[in-house]
Amino acid sequence: MKTIKLATLTAALVATGLAHAADKAAPRPDPKIQALVAKYIEASFLPGEGQDLSRLKQDETLQACNLYRDNPPEKIAAEINAREKATIKYPADGKLMGDWKNGEKLFAAGFGMRIGRIEPDKPERQKGGNGGNCYACHGADPKEVAFGTIGPSLMHYGKLRGAGEDIVKYTYEKIYNPQAYSACSQMPRIGYHGILRPEQIADIVAYLVSPESPVNK
Amino acid sequence: MQKKTLLATLLLLAPTLSLSQELKTADEYRAALQDKFANPGNLVVDRGEQLFKEKRGPKNTSLEKCDFGKGPGVLKGAFAELPRYFKDTDKVEDLESRIMTCMVKLQGFTPEEIKKKLFADQRANEQNTDLEAIAAYISVQSDGMKLNPPMKHPKEKEMRAVGEALFHTRMGPMDFSCATCHGQDGKRIRLQELGNYHNKADAQRTMKTWPTYRVSHGVVRNMQHRIWDCMWQMRLPDVDYASPATVALISYLTDQGRGAVLDIPGIKR
Ligand code: HEC
Ligand code: HEC
Repeated sequence: MKTIKLATLTAALVATGLAHAADKAAPRPDPKIQALVAKYIEASFLPGEGQDLSRLKQDETLQACNLYRDNPPEKIAAEINAREKATIKYPADGKLMGDWKNGEKLFAAGFGMRIGRIEPDKPERQKGGNGGNCYACHGADPKEVAFGTIGPSLMHYGKLRGAGEDIVKYTYEKIYNPQAYSACSQMPRIGYHGILRPEQIADIVAYLVSPESPVNK
Repeated sequence: MQKKTLLATLLLLAPTLSLSQELKTADEYRAALQDKFANPGNLVVDRGEQLFKEKRGPKNTSLEKCDFGKGPGVLKGAFAELPRYFKDTDKVEDLESRIMTCMVKLQGFTPEEIKKKLFADQRANEQNTDLEAIAAYISVQSDGMKLNPPMKHPKEKEMRAVGEALFHTRMGPMDFSCATCHGQDGKRIRLQELGNYHNKADAQRTMKTWPTYRVSHGVVRNMQHRIWDCMWQMRLPDVDYASPATVALISYLTDQGRGAVLDIPGIKR
């Protein structure tokens, strides 16, 4: 039973992977242009107080995604999956299902982390008071209408997939680092970048999976 | 005539309205689009004209001799053919970059002075900055014309190509690129509809309406501001005004929107 579920899951993942291969025909930029991109970025953002130029650095995975316009060849995609999977950290108590009510809040709350001198977030927001802002891209609670569509609908997530250990683990890891499963996913690496802590991600897992959650009503 | 005044009042009040009230008046915004007189952006355009013609800066000169690509002082149709390569600076410049160039060369301002205050702060109900008003005035001289930025000079081609690559460059703690939000058809973020700028139709729909009066800000915004705004949403540091990255992105977007008939100042959320 479990294996069948996982197989369906994998099929769905492959399908979404293909779905955002929208840029397939896009030409790959030539190396001269790529070099200029780096130069322009270096010359274009303001340094100093309230700024953070380290945010412009692209790690190895993003460099590959940018080079292939989010459509990496199979071998590179597999490298990305492995590298990203290795970054995943789990809550200290090992519990991947937390408090769905807190998860509900985090799912809806907008991100902090806005910087700069023009319109920065309040300092307390910048110091970890971040939301998950999942509704920007996903539907979930059938009663919530203000949801975005960049990601697939997560409505009835647990109802459709159950709350088995494999689903819980997959959901946790997917939120922590979506690229562990699909290379160059458009979804932010929320755990990897420290936007949410492991315990907070576990709360969101509960919100998606548990039968009591409004997502599954 | 009375209807026009009513609409103008409505639009001026709109920033203080709640979201649902805003949605209710969406039809009126659309009507206002057809009705150019009702766009509050026109007041900004008028102020921009005065500022453009006024003697200002350490050299006490106006901007009337500024060359926007069609010869000194020629404004008609100039914006429709920007960004373009300028020999005197050996650079590709968009409208705002070019205004800054002339403010430095003709009027003697320093870039630091100009950059002290680039954007009106909507949270403080500020009115448009001088530079925003001047940009609005110059762009409107191309209203009704087709976007047709030159793409002959090697630097113009290079700028566009770098812009396209930048559009696909993911950065920052959200791993976003412009294409994350503007690379697929028919997507929304929350309830806001997103254009797919790989598609000509979407790029044209966007590019023909900028500069635009933003009802939620109560001021006329230009493309430099829009790019800053999206990069701020990407949680990046402030992108510098008229910097190479912004000009490259604007080159790409304008080329994608080529052929669109300008309808400016636009009006939107
Ligand atoms: C910028 C858009 C974006 C944001 C923000 C976002 N996601 Fe996603 N998400 C996606 C996309 C696109 C996919 C599909 C591609 C993939 O599987 O990686 C996805 C996939 C998923 C999946 C897998 C669905 C499946 O069918 O297996 C889960 C679970 C998920 N997201 C949860 C979340 C949660 C929880 C948050 C917030 C903490 C979040 N997402 C924030 C875009 C986003
Ligand atoms: C996280 C999502 C996101 C990212 C990333 C993003 N944008 Fe946007 N963009 C938006 C939203 C939301 C709007 C406003 C839509 C509205 O007001 O209805 C917008 C509006 C725009 C507009 C004006 C659209 C119009 O029709 O008036 C342009 C042009 C634009 N973005 C370009 C860019 C560029 C260039 C980048 C990359 C530097 C970028 N965006 C990155 C979300 C994003």
